[in-house]
Amino acid sequence: MEKEEYKKLISTIVPKENKLKNGLIAFIIGGLIGLLAEILVVIFQSKFNLSYKESTSVMMVILIFFASLFTAMGFFDNLVSFAKAGLIVPITGFAHAMTSSIIDYKKEGFVTGIGSNAFKLSGSVILYGVVSAYVFGIVRYLFFGG
Amino acid sequence: MIFLYSFMFAGTLCLIGQIILDNTKLTPGHVTTMFVIFGCFLDSFGIYDKFIKWFGAGTLVPITSFGHSLIHGALDKAHESGILGLLSGMFNLTSTGIVAAIVFGFIFSLLFKAKD
Repeated sequence: MEKEEYKKLISTIVPKENKLKNGLIAFIIGGLIGLLAEILVVIFQSKFNLSYKESTSVMMVILIFFASLFTAMGFFDNLVSFAKAGLIVPITGFAHAMTSSIIDYKKEGFVTGIGSNAFKLSGSVILYGVVSAYVFGIVRYLFFGG
Repeated sequence: MIFLYSFMFAGTLCLIGQIILDNTKLTPGHVTTMFVIFGCFLDSFGIYDKFIKWFGAGTLVPITSFGHSLIHGALDKAHESGILGLLSGMFNLTSTGIVAAIVFGFIFSLLFKAKD
């Protein structure tokens, strides 16, 4: 069979994803997480007398805590495959990537498994974040005075 | 009103991410990496700070804020101690998130078994 024919045949079998529905779900779920973050920050500021900076840190830790816990318990994967970018783009996606790579490589031992694979999925975020922050930071510091 | 702005901002970023995922062959890893670099870029002109002021904590949740706080901590420190501050202050603001993700990920992976 020719390649083109094969591609045509495949495209009839592979189910078409509903992009509109995916986008809407991602928008709503991601928005709800943003809303939750704002609500938590307001609660921490008003009820617990924390400063704005402290309450944003606590909010971040809480989101990461639950994302890690649910990933380790095994049902966060289903949530991610439902909400897709709605859970990947927020900080929950970072925690999910790290916890799932730790738990996947646990059977290979503590050092060669967990230790060397913990950043397998989330490492690119940290690496490119740091490199780009460094480049942009130097440009701004040297040319615009910081 | 700020609740609605938070919802809209975080939701719109997720929508953009979903559109990229659906229409290209990029993986979620590519998308999050792009968003971090985008956040860095926005903050190098001080734009992201304005977003935080306008839209509230909804701006701190998407991964763009990770890039924002990396460069923000670096530049703050660079004001104090010169160009070396870019290196020493890089993780000043983001360490909470990274350390929390590492520690919780490690503890919970010990407590629970991998799903087959």
